[in-house]
Order: sequence, then structure tokens, then C-alpha cells
Amino acid sequence: MSAEEKYVAAAYLVVFAFVVLYIVIMALKLTRLERQVGELTELARRRAGG
Amino acid sequence: MNAYLADVAVLARKDLRLELRARSTVPAMLLFVVAALVVFHFALPSDSSELAANGMLWVAIVFTALLGLTRAFVAEREQRLIDGLLLAPCDRSAIWLAKTLSVLGFLVIAEVIALPAFALFFSGIDGATVAGVALADLGICAVGTVLAAMAVAGRARELLLPLLFLPLAIPIVVGGVGASVAGEPARYLGFLALYDAVFAIISWASFEYVVTE
Amino acid sequence: MSTWLRNNQVPALAGLAAALLCAAIALIFFYAPVDEDGLNQKIFYFHVPIAFTAYACFGWGAWKGLLVLWKGRPGADLESYVAIHQGVIFGAMTLITGSLWAKFRWGVWWTWSERQLVLFLVLFLFYSAYFMLRYSLEPGPQRENLCAVYALFGVVLIPISLLAIRLAENYIHPVAFNKHGPQMATSQFATFMVALAAMVALAGALYRVELLGKRLDARLRELRELLA
Repeated sequence: MSAEEKYVAAAYLVVFAFVVLYIVIMALKLTRLERQVGELTELARRRAGG
Repeated sequence: MNAYLADVAVLARKDLRLELRARSTVPAMLLFVVAALVVFHFALPSDSSELAANGMLWVAIVFTALLGLTRAFVAEREQRLIDGLLLAPCDRSAIWLAKTLSVLGFLVIAEVIALPAFALFFSGIDGATVAGVALADLGICAVGTVLAAMAVAGRARELLLPLLFLPLAIPIVVGGVGASVAGEPARYLGFLALYDAVFAIISWASFEYVVTE
Repeated sequence: MSTWLRNNQVPALAGLAAALLCAAIALIFFYAPVDEDGLNQKIFYFHVPIAFTAYACFGWGAWKGLLVLWKGRPGADLESYVAIHQGVIFGAMTLITGSLWAKFRWGVWWTWSERQLVLFLVLFLFYSAYFMLRYSLEPGPQRENLCAVYALFGVVLIPISLLAIRLAENYIHPVAFNKHGPQMATSQFATFMVALAAMVALAGALYRVELLGKRLDARLRELRELLA
């Protein structure tokens, strides 16, 4: 593997790592949001129903 | 079974009778297919092979069919006849079969003019081509009827139907052109028969979900 | 640990996809042997797994569509839609990577002699029309049914189109390119499998993330109505 090919490989790795890291972060945030919205919805339902 | 076929016959006869009275769709299809063939003559450079012309025949057929299919459910939607049809105590798939048969009728009438016109303008038609056209018509009408019902349910109906139909028409075109052009048409005719069988079955089975509201 | 996993399925899946993807890239570039085509052949390790993942997405979308029609499951329509959405994204990536591969290998951006590419073009057209259909209809049970039926038509179209394309090659002007059918060495095969697992995991993670986002939208709408 020549030096330039190593750079190509490194570039791929870096780009993909960033993209998937972003996905992991989004997933964590969305999971947390879903939990919170679920709790709020429960509160609202109880208030609307009861 | 007899009741089912009777329903189909009644519905198909209704469509044919409406068309006989209004005379809107079939003349348009006839005129369109001949005009298209003339346009294709001018679209093909002089040294194009005879085979290229065969391809053009299939393009003409597909787009003429689209014309007929676009009109297929318009009357029902506009005049709210679809609600009446749905209330009728018949199997929903009977509506599909009847509509397929009536569109098939219109398409065949258009082709009775188109094929001789093609033979006149371009090159001769052989038995394999006619068989290919016949088989392709079945597939076009079976699939097209379901898609037309889908398109009519939404907003941009005339825009939507070609988008939905053309990808599904690609295998039909391959089968048809192959039957016209290739050395052994049997393989292509067999493929068209397969397409017809497969898509007729899923069209028949899924139609009731398409018209339910 | 397992409760954390149960409550955080989607981030865990995304983490798995991340790990697999990094492993795949490392293997592709540093482990798999360089083919006669040179470095360009490595696109194959991306292109084929992405294509396979797109098929899997369309299949999953059709399965969810079947659930809509057959069992009337409430969430299935959204799941079908998201699966097909992912399928179209991966399909577009298939076309792009395939085009790049064609450019590197034969110097042309498009060739009709690559069956998979042509098939994907047809499927891309078909599934793009899915979105046209979906957005021409008002949300409701009719839209769910129509989209489900269309998704099922799509999955039937895949083998039929493949057959058609194969038949078409007999009368379409033959192009003077050779079909690339890799007989893979074990190291290549292992790399390929890791890349495949990585792409499927990535699609799975993206699918779950998008589904989460859309469900969140629906819940927030409900919340707004309850509080208004």
C-alpha cells in the first residue's frame, strides 16, 4: 500500500467514523426525547381524562 | 362462481356501453396511436434498422394504453359512482376484472388499427409480434387497472399514473420487443405469459384494498 | 447493563453499526488483497453490500406492507414507509457507487451491460414513484392500503425485472465488456461479509433512528392536541 493509498483509507475511515458517531449521538438524543415525551403525554392524558 | 362472472359481465358491459355513447376514449386512442407512429417515422433517422422501428411500436402501444388507463376510473370518481359500485354486493375484485376487460377491449380496438398502420408505415408484422401484443395487452391492462385506481384516489391523478405505470411496463416492453425482434420469440412470449400470470394474481388479490376507503 | 441495552436499543444498534463499519473499512483497505484492477476494485466491497442492503430494505418494506393489509397493524404503515425510504437511499448509493466502479473499470459513467445497475435503475424509478403516490394522498387508512399494495408490487417486480433484463441482453446491442464475477479468495470473502454486515447494521440503525424521529413527531402532535 503506497502512502497515498493509506491517505485514501484514512480519509474513508475518518469520514465514516464521524458520520456514524453522529448517528449514535442522534440515537441517544432521540431515545431520551422519546422517554420524556412519553412521560409528558401520560401526564396530559391523565389531565385531559381525569 | 356464476354470480361472480355475471357481476363482471354487467360491469364490463356498463363500461362498454358508456364508451359507445360518449365515444371519447377509443377515438382518442386510435388517433393518438397513428399520430405517434407518424412522429416516430420522423424520429428515426434514415439508416435506422428495421428493428428500431419495432421498438417504436411498443412505445406507441404503452403510451396509448396509458391514455386509455388514465380515463379508466375518471368517470367513477367524478360522478361518485365508485361509492355505488362499492355498495353493490359484488366481490371488489369483480370490479377489477370488469375494468381490466373493458380497458383491454379499448386497447385491442386501437391495436386493430395500429398494427396494420405499423405494417404500412414501417415493416411487416409477423405472428410472433401479434402474439406478443396480445400477451402484453393482458399484463398492461391487469396492472394498469390497479394503478389507475390508485392514481385516481389522490390529487395529481393524470400526472401520477405514468410514473406508477412505466417502471412496471419495462418488463412488458422487453418481452414484446424480444418477441418481435429476436430469433426465438418463444422465450419472450413465455416471459410475457409469466408476467401476466404473476401480476394478474396480485392485482386481483390486492384490488379490494385499493378501493376501500 | 442489560436494562441499559433494553432502554437504548437504537443507540446500541448505531454503535454496532459504527464498530462494524470501521472494521469493514480497515479490512477493505488494509487486509483484503489488491486485485488486478488495483485499488478501484475495492469499490466492489461497498457497492455489492449496499445493493444487497437496498434489496433487504425493499423486502422489509413489503413485509410491513403485508402486515398493514393482512393484520391491520397500526404502526406497520410508518415502518413500511421508512424501510422503503432507506431502500431508496441505499439504492441511490448503489447507483452512485456502481457508476463510479464503471468509470474506474471501463471509463464510462454508465453501462447497460451491468445487470444489477440496470435493475437498480428500474427499481429506483419504481420506488421513487412510491413517494409521489404517498404524497398525493391524504393521510389515513386508504393511503396506508395503497402504499402497502404498491410496496408488494415492488417486491414482485424485483425478480421479474431481473429476468427481463437478462432476456433483453439477447437483443440489445451487446457491449464489449466482460462481466465481473469475482471468485473470491477467503480473505476477500471475509472482508466482504464484514462489509455486508456493516451495511445491513447501518441500514438497520438508520431505519430505527428515522422511525424514532417520526414517532416522536406523532407523539408531539398528540401532546399538542391534548394540551390545547
